[in-house]
Amino acid sequence: MKINLKVWRQKNNNTKGHFENHTVEATEHMSFLEMMDVLNEQLIQEKKDPVAFEHDCREGICGACSMVINGRPHGPQQGTTTCQLHMRKFNDGDTIAVEPYRAKAFPVVKDLVVDRSAFDRIIQAGGYVSVNTGGAPDGNAIPIEKDTALEAFDAAACIGCGACAAACPNGSAMLFTSAKVAHLGKLPQGEVEETSRARKMVAQMDKEGFGFCSNIRACEVECPKEISVNNIAYLNRAFLTASIGKE
Amino acid sequence: MQLESKVPKGELAEKWTDYRSTMNLVAPNNKRRIEIIVVGTGLAGASAAATLGELGYNVKCFSFHDSPRRAHSIAAQGGINAAKNYQNDGDSVYRLFYDTIKGGDYRSREANVHRLAEVSRDIIDQCVAQGVPFAREYGGLLANRSFGGVQVSRTFYAKGQTGQQLLIGAYQALSRQIATGNVTMYNRHEMLDVVIKDGKARGIIARNLRTGELERHAAHCVVLASGGYGNVFYLSTNAMGSNVTAAWKAVKRGALMANPCYTQIHPTCIPVSGDYQSKLTLMSESLRNDGRVWVPNKIEDAVAIREGRKTALDIAEGDRDYYLERRYPAFGNLVPRDVASRAAKVACDEGKGVAPTGLAVYLDFSSAIQRYGKAEAKSKGIANPSDAEITKLGEAVIEQKYGNLFEMYEKITGENPYKLPMKIYPAVHYTMGGLWVDYNLETNVPGLFALGECNFSDHGANRLGASALMQGLADGYFVIPYTIGQFLSGEIRTPTIDPDAPEFIKAENDTKALIDKIIKVKGNQSVESFHRRLGHIMWDYCGMARNAEGLEKGKKMIRELREEFYRDVFVPGDADEFNPELEKAIRVADFLELGEVMMADALNRNESCGGHFREEYSTPEGEAQRNDEDYAYVAAWSWDESGDHKLYKEELKFDNVELKTRSYK
Repeated sequence: MKINLKVWRQKNNNTKGHFENHTVEATEHMSFLEMMDVLNEQLIQEKKDPVAFEHDCREGICGACSMVINGRPHGPQQGTTTCQLHMRKFNDGDTIAVEPYRAKAFPVVKDLVVDRSAFDRIIQAGGYVSVNTGGAPDGNAIPIEKDTALEAFDAAACIGCGACAAACPNGSAMLFTSAKVAHLGKLPQGEVEETSRARKMVAQMDKEGFGFCSNIRACEVECPKEISVNNIAYLNRAFLTASIGKE
Repeated sequence: MQLESKVPKGELAEKWTDYRSTMNLVAPNNKRRIEIIVVGTGLAGASAAATLGELGYNVKCFSFHDSPRRAHSIAAQGGINAAKNYQNDGDSVYRLFYDTIKGGDYRSREANVHRLAEVSRDIIDQCVAQGVPFAREYGGLLANRSFGGVQVSRTFYAKGQTGQQLLIGAYQALSRQIATGNVTMYNRHEMLDVVIKDGKARGIIARNLRTGELERHAAHCVVLASGGYGNVFYLSTNAMGSNVTAAWKAVKRGALMANPCYTQIHPTCIPVSGDYQSKLTLMSESLRNDGRVWVPNKIEDAVAIREGRKTALDIAEGDRDYYLERRYPAFGNLVPRDVASRAAKVACDEGKGVAPTGLAVYLDFSSAIQRYGKAEAKSKGIANPSDAEITKLGEAVIEQKYGNLFEMYEKITGENPYKLPMKIYPAVHYTMGGLWVDYNLETNVPGLFALGECNFSDHGANRLGASALMQGLADGYFVIPYTIGQFLSGEIRTPTIDPDAPEFIKAENDTKALIDKIIKVKGNQSVESFHRRLGHIMWDYCGMARNAEGLEKGKKMIRELREEFYRDVFVPGDADEFNPELEKAIRVADFLELGEVMMADALNRNESCGGHFREEYSTPEGEAQRNDEDYAYVAAWSWDESGDHKLYKEELKFDNVELKTRSYK
C-alpha cells in the first residue's frame, strides 16, 4: 500500500518546525513504527537526515513512543500505542499527518521527540511510598481485598507516555498524576502519605506548566492503557482533603 | 589470571547469613563521602541505585532512555518466583535453589543460586510494602501461579504486566532518592567507556545523547546493570535500544565475558512476517498451560497451509502431530523453554512449518475452549448445551485468563486466535551469559560490579521462567548493598576521584576517536543493514542449533562484516548533536565484536547444555548431551583484537546436588 506522509521536522526547540512530504510503500502487516523505519531507511539511502522518533519495547508497555497521528496521540485505534498500531487500519493512498506531542510542558527535542522529564519530576514530588529497603513486614501480613488490588492495578497500568497531556486542550497532566495518587492511595501501604502526596504532586504539576483540568475527558479517550477519569475524581477528593487539612 | 569466586566457607544454607554478619561495613559518615556510579535503571539498576542512596552513599545513576521507567524490565509479562510456600505445596528455599540449578543444566554456581533463593522471599515483602499491586485471592492474600519446569506454584504476578509493576516500584523508590538528592539522575546519557585508575574502576565516559557532548564522571566504584545482549541476533524480544555497549566496553578494559554462548530462545513468540521487521513479540509462557502445540503430520498439508489453500481447521484430528505431547509425555506442552524451542525447530526443519516462511507451529486453544465450556455449562446447570453454547462459554474462560495476550496477538497478526490457532515460533529472549562476577558481584576488575542480566551468575545454561525479575531485584535490593561494602570499606581514605586525571582524559579521547572513526566513514550502507546481516549470521550459525563447521564459518563471516562496517557504513549527521543513528552505530559496532566471542565460546564448548545445543553432541533421540567430565566450568573470555580471545576457567563444584541428565519424558 502507498502511504503519503506529512511528517513534522524540527531541528530543535529553538528553531521553527515544518511539515515535510514523503511517500512510503508499506504493507498492511507492518506496525506504524515499522512503516516509519522504512521511511528512515529510504532517507538514509538518499543520504538525508532520518526522522527522529522515540520507541523502544514495541510491545505497548515502555511508553516511549509518542507521536500524534492525524491529530490523535498514538493514532486512531482505541487503547493502542503507536507501536501496536498496524497499517491495516489505514487504506492504500491515505495521507497521514505525523506530529510531535503538543503541550507546553513537553518541549520538542527534535522532530517527533519531546522532553517528558516533567512527568519524572511529578513522581519525584511524592509518587512513592516512603519505605527503605529491608524491614518490610511479610507480604501477607496485610490482606488486601481482591477488587481493591485490581483497582490499584488498573491505575498503576499507566505507562507514562504523556498522551493524556498531549490530548488535552489545556495540556493538563491530571490523568497521569491522579493515576499515581489513586494507585498508591487505594492500597493500605500508600494510604498513609496520601494527603501530602496529593498536595506535593499537584504543586509540581502546576510548576511544570501543565494546564488545569476542565473535564473534557479527551485524556481518557486517547489513553492507550484506558486509564479512567474516575482517578481524577479521586485526586480531586484527596486534594480537597489535603487543602482543608494541616500542612 | 586465577578466577576466584570468593564463595564464603561453611554450610551452603548458612553461607550468606554468616558472610553478611561478618563482612566489612562502611560507617554512615564515610558513606556520605563515597560516590558510586550505577549504569542502567532496570530492575537491577533502579533497585541498586535506590537502596544505595537510602544507605547514604552518593549515587550517580545513568540511563540512555528519557526516563528511568523505560528500561526493558518493564516488558516482562509472566511473574516473579519466590520461595514463600504460601500455597503449602512443599516449596522451600532448597527447592527453588534445586529447580534453578537443574533448570540451568548444572552450569551455575551453587552458592550464588542458594543466596538468590534465600532473598527471593524478602523481595516480595519489599515490593508489597512499596505498593506493587500483586494479584490477590478473594481472602486478600497473595495469589500464585505455576511456570514451566517446576512442580510447585511459586510465581507472584500482576496480570500479564509483572515486570512493569515491579519496575514502577523500583522507579518510585529511585525517584524518592532523586528527590532527597542522594541520587543524581542522568537521563539520555549512554556509557561509552569505563575508566580504570591504578587498577580500579573509578568512573565512566558518558555521551549526553541530547547534545552529543562527552562527559567524564568519576566515583569510587562503578556498578553496571545494563541488561542482556540478545539484540546481537537483530531479531529478538528485547527492546530496540537494548545493547551490550556498557558491558562490552568493560570487557575491552579487562573485564571477562562469561558463557556468552548461552542464549535463551523462547518458544512462544509471534513468527517473523516480513523483512521490514526489527523486533519480535513474546507471547507469555503461561499460554502453554492451556495451548496445545502441533503441526500437520503430512508435509503436503503443511505446504497447502503455507500456500493458503488450507487452514488449520481443515486438518483432521488424526492428521495432526502434537509433537510435545508425543515426545515428552510427562511434561507435555509444559517442557522447559530450551526443549520446547528445539522441538519446534525440528518440526519446521522437517518441512511441517505452517507460516508462508515455513517457520511457525500452531498453539491451539480449541481443546481448552471445549473443556472449559463443558465445565462452565455444567456449573451453570445448562442441560444438553449446544456446541455453539459450549464454545461461547469456553471462550469466555480463555478471555478471562489470557484476554490481553489474545488481543495483542490479534492486533499484530490480524487473526482471531479464538477461532484459528495461534502461530508461534521461537525467538531470542534472554542471555544467561554476561560479565563474570564473583560472589560479591564484582568483576575481575576491582571496583567494577555487574548486576542482573548483565552478569552471568545465577541461571547457568538455561533460565527458568519468572526468574529474571527475581535475580534483578535480588542483586539490586539485597545483595549489592551489602557486598559493595567489601570493596568500599577499603576506600574510606580515598579522596574524591578527580575526573580531570590523565586516565579520564585518555578514555575520553579514545571514545572521541572511535566516534569520529565511525561517523567519518560516510559509506553507502545503513547501520540497520549491517545489524540485520549480523543477526542472520548469528541466527544461522550460533542460534538454536550449532555445529563446529558452522561456528568456524560464522566467526569468519563476522570478521568480514566488521571490516565492511568500518569501510562502508553510513551514519548521517554529526557527533555533536542528538543523533539516534550514531547511537545505533556505536552499539552495532560492539555487537560485531561480541558475536565473534559468542561463536568462539560455542565452539569451545564441546557439549550440549541448556540454551547451547551442539548438533555433534546429542543423543540418538535428538536430546542434549552434557559432558560434566570436561565442561563443568564457567568459560570467561577476554577480548583480543587479533581474534586470539583468551579463555579463563572457573571450575564449578557441586557439593549439594547430584549432577543428573535432565529428562522431561
